Amino acid sequence: MSKREQLKDDYLENRLIRRRLGLSAIIATILLSLVLGRLYVLQVVDYEHFATLSDSNRIRIKALPPTRGLIFDRNGVVMANNLPAYRLEIVREQVDDLSATLQRLRRYVDYSEQDLKRFEQSSKRRRPFESIPLRFNLNDEEVARLAVNLHKFEGVEINARLTRNYPLGSHAVHALGYVGRIDAKDLGKVDEIDYAGTTHIGKLGLEKFYEDELHGTVGVQQVEVNAKGRTLRVLTESPPIQGNNLYLTIDSRLQMVAEQAFGDLRGAAVAIDPNNGEILALVSMPTFDPNLFVNGISFDAYNQLRDSSQRPLFNRALSGQYPPGSTVKPFYALAGLEANVTQKDKEVYCKGYYQLPGEPRRYRDWKKEGHGPMQISDAIIQSCDIYFYDLAYRMGIDRMSLFLAQFGFGVKTGIDSTGERSGLLPSREWKRRAEGLPWFPGETLITGIGQGALLTTPLQLANSIAAFASKGKRFRPRLVKSIEQVRDQTRTETSSEVVGQYQILKEINWTHIHNALVNVVHGPRGTARRISRGIKYRVAGKTGTSQVFEVAQDEEYDAETVSDKLRDHALFVSYAPAEKPRIAIAVIVENGGHGSTVAAPIARKIMDAYLLDQL
Amino acid sequence: MNQSLDPDSVSITRRVMDALRLDPVLFLLLIVLTLFGSTLLYSATGSDIASVVRQLTRLAVAILLLIAAANVPLRVIRKMSIWLYLGGIAMLIAVIYFGEVGKGAQRWLDLGIIRFQPSEILKLAVPMIVAAYLSDRVLPVGWKELLVSSILVLIPLLLIARQPDLGTAILVGSAGFFVLFLAGVRWRIIISLALLLSSMAPLLWKFALHEYQRKRILTLLDPESDPLGSGYHIIQSKIAIGSGGVYGKGWLNGSQSQLEFIPERSTDFIFSVFGEEFGFFGSVVLILIYLAIIYRGLYIAAHSTENFGRLLAGALSLTFFVYLFVNTGMVTGILPVVGVPLPLISYGGTSMVTLMVGFGLIMSIRSARRFLG
Repeated sequence: MSKREQLKDDYLENRLIRRRLGLSAIIATILLSLVLGRLYVLQVVDYEHFATLSDSNRIRIKALPPTRGLIFDRNGVVMANNLPAYRLEIVREQVDDLSATLQRLRRYVDYSEQDLKRFEQSSKRRRPFESIPLRFNLNDEEVARLAVNLHKFEGVEINARLTRNYPLGSHAVHALGYVGRIDAKDLGKVDEIDYAGTTHIGKLGLEKFYEDELHGTVGVQQVEVNAKGRTLRVLTESPPIQGNNLYLTIDSRLQMVAEQAFGDLRGAAVAIDPNNGEILALVSMPTFDPNLFVNGISFDAYNQLRDSSQRPLFNRALSGQYPPGSTVKPFYALAGLEANVTQKDKEVYCKGYYQLPGEPRRYRDWKKEGHGPMQISDAIIQSCDIYFYDLAYRMGIDRMSLFLAQFGFGVKTGIDSTGERSGLLPSREWKRRAEGLPWFPGETLITGIGQGALLTTPLQLANSIAAFASKGKRFRPRLVKSIEQVRDQTRTETSSEVVGQYQILKEINWTHIHNALVNVVHGPRGTARRISRGIKYRVAGKTGTSQVFEVAQDEEYDAETVSDKLRDHALFVSYAPAEKPRIAIAVIVENGGHGSTVAAPIARKIMDAYLLDQL
Repeated sequence: MNQSLDPDSVSITRRVMDALRLDPVLFLLLIVLTLFGSTLLYSATGSDIASVVRQLTRLAVAILLLIAAANVPLRVIRKMSIWLYLGGIAMLIAVIYFGEVGKGAQRWLDLGIIRFQPSEILKLAVPMIVAAYLSDRVLPVGWKELLVSSILVLIPLLLIARQPDLGTAILVGSAGFFVLFLAGVRWRIIISLALLLSSMAPLLWKFALHEYQRKRILTLLDPESDPLGSGYHIIQSKIAIGSGGVYGKGWLNGSQSQLEFIPERSTDFIFSVFGEEFGFFGSVVLILIYLAIIYRGLYIAAHSTENFGRLLAGALSLTFFVYLFVNTGMVTGILPVVGVPLPLISYGGTSMVTLMVGFGLIMSIRSARRFLG
C-alpha cells in the first residue's frame, strides 16, 4: 500500500477518470439509442398496428366487488348481513352541468355537505363513465320522489346495492364493531386491485379484525366500451368470491339477557367459557346502533354520541380500565398460601384499620368497627381489607405482581378484536419509569386490596377468574368459533389456545380459596349471599368495590353526598357451576356503589340464562 | 466552457448565473425540461390545473434548494458526506421501527412537519461518501478500496431493498457503482463480478426478489399473463406510445391517455402520455434534451480539478441517466416494471428535490474548478 501511495499522480488519475467518463458517455448514448430504436419500432414501424389497437381499444377491465361475509352467533342467529339499499348515483360524463344538476337535485332529495365532499373525493379516483354515489340509504319516499322525476336528470341513477346491516341493532355492537365507507386512510392500507369496487370496510371490532376473511375476492369483468368509455357489452367475467362467514362464540340470547340486566346502568360484563376461552357474551353499556355508521353518520348524530356523558361509543369491556377492588383478593389469597406467606389457620385481628409499623397513617377497612379475628377464608367471604393489608405487607409488591401476571393481569388477553387495552400491573420498575419515584410501602397495601395503580379491563378480569376456575389454565379469549367458506360450504373451527398455565403447588390451597368463594355466595356471612336466593346451582364469586376517588384520612365516604360520577364502581367476578365451571363472568357497574347489591345480581341473571335451560 | 473575462461581453443572464454560482448551460436545460414537463403533466392529469400548480410549487422549492446546494463550497460538501451518510442510515433504520406503511412497503418517515423517504437522502449520500473515500486513495482502486466502498454501498442498499423499494435500491446501487467504475475498478474485477452475479441469478430470483417483483419480470416476458396488474400497464403503455406515430396526436389529444387507459399516467407512466401526444419526433427531442443534461454533467466532471468532484459529478450524472433509461425502458416494454419515475417530469416531489439538489452539487463542483483556477 505504502508503495502505491507514493505513486498518486493527479495527471494519470485524471486521465483514467476521463477515460471512464468518456466510456460511460458512449455506453449511455448506446443504451438510449436502444430506447430510441425501440420507440422507432413502436411509433414508426408498427404504427399502423398500434393505431388500429388504439382505435379498437375498447376493452376495459371492470372490478366486481365481492359480497361481504355474514356474521352469525354460535347458534346461527344472524348478527350482520347485507341488504339491498337504494343509492343515488351520478355518471359524470353524462351530466352536462354537474353543479346545476346537483343544485336541482336538492329539490327532490336532501344531501349534506359531507355527502358532497365524499362524492367529489370519489370522483377523483373513478373514471367519468363510472357511477359515483352521492347519497346512500334512500328511504322509500325519497326513492319514489326521485323515480318520478328521474327523466329530468340525465346521468342520475337510483341503484340498489348491497349494504351492511346489523339486524340486532345496538345489541352486541361492542363485540361486532361496524363497517364504514372506505376513506383515504384505509386506501393506503389495502390492496388497490382487491378493493377496486368495494365501498365499505371494517372500521372497528370484529368487522375490522376479520376484514381479510369477511371481504372476499374481487371479480373481474372484461367489458367492451365505446370511444367515450361507455359499456356496450360484457365479454368475459370471473365472478367475485363472497367473503367468509363468521360464526361467533357469542350467544346472542345470552348477550341480550346480559344487556337487559344492566337496565340504565353504565358498565361492562364479559362471560367466558373457562374450558376453552370462548366468549359467550361481551357487554358494554350503554350501546349504540352500528347501522348509523355504515353509510356515514351525520355530524350531529355523531357529536351527540361522542359528547354524551354516558359515552356509548366507549368499549368498556375491552378498553375500560378499572381498579379491580376486592375482586383481586382471591388471587392474592392463593398467592399467599402458595408462597406460605400465610396459612389457612393464621389469624389476623381486624380492628377496622391497619397501620404500617412506625407510621401514623391508618389504612381503613370498609367496615368501620372491624371484623374481629379473621382467617383467610373469612377474609375472603366477608372481604376484610385488614387481612389483605397485612398479607400484602408481608408478601411485598414484587411477589404480588409476579403472581397476578400469571393470571393475565397487566397484559392484553389477545382477543380477536380491536381496541383492547392492557390494564396496569404496578411494580417498582414501572413506578420508577412512569413517575420517576421509588415504590412506597403504603402503595403495596392499597394494591393488596385492588386499589391504587392496579388497573384491569373487564375482559381481563373475566379471563383471570376463568383461569382461576380452571385451576390456572388461561386461554386466549375468542369471539369467533368457526369460519365458513361459502363456496365449498366448509367450516373451519378456530382452535382454543392456552396462553398461560399457572402450576398450582398444592391443590388444597386452590380448593381452600375456591370453597371460600363459594361461601361468598352461599355462606351465611358471604358478601354476595343475597343473590343465592332460589338458586339452583352453586356459584363461586367475589364482590368488589373500587374507589373512584380517595377519601381523606379523617373523612367518611357517604354515598348520598358524593356526586354520581365519583361514586364507587361495583364489581363482581364469578364462575358456575362451582363443581364443574362452564361459565365465568366479570361484571362492572360504573359508579354503581357496592358490588354485592348492583353487580352480583347482573351476573346471576346471566348465569341463570346460560345454565338453567341447559341443566 | 470558454471563460471570457471581458465584462462587457458578459450578458445579464450570465452575470446572474455567475452570482448564483450556477452553470448556465445545465441550468437552462433543466428549466426547459421541467417547464416542458409541467405542460405535459397538465395533459397527463386530465387537465387538472391544481396538480400542475402543486408540481410547480415543488419545482420552485427544488430550484431554491439547487441554488443553495450550488453555493455550498465543495470542501464543505465533502466534509458533510459522512454525516449525511450516517444520518441517512439512522433514518433508514428508524423507518423500520417508526415508518409508515403505504401500499405494502414501509418507506416513509413522518417528522411531524414533513413526511419523506429517507432512502432519497442516500441517493446523494452514497455517491458522496464513496467519492470522498476514494478521492484520497491512489487510483485505480485496489481490492481494499473496493471492499470498503462495497460495504458503504451495500448497507443502505440492503436496508432499502428490504422496505421493499427495488427502484430506489437500483438507483442507490448504481450511484455507488458508478463512483467505483469511474475510479477505475479493473475490468477483470468488473467482469468477474458480473459473471458471479449472473451465476447467482437463479438464487437471487428465488430468495432476494419479492413475489411481486418476480411477477413483474415474468409479465415482461408475457404481458397477457397478468391483465389486471403490471401486464396491463405494459400493454396499454405500448398501445399509447405506438399509436402516437411520428408526430403524435397532439397535446391533450391522446385518446389512450385522456380516456385513462394508461395507469399511473401522471407518475411512472407519464412517458406513455408523452409518446402518444408528441410522437416519435417529440420523443427524440426529449431524449436529446436529457442526453444534453447528462453530457453536460459528465463534461463538468471531466473538467473538475480534484478527484472528489470528478467522481461525484460523474456518478450523479450517470445516475440521472439510469433514471431515464430504467423509466423509458419500462414504459416501452424492454425492462420490467420498476417504480422509477421519469426524472424531473413525473408528478411527485421527492425525487424532484433529490435530483435538483444533485445538480446543485454538480454546479458547486464546477464553481470549485473555476475559483480554484
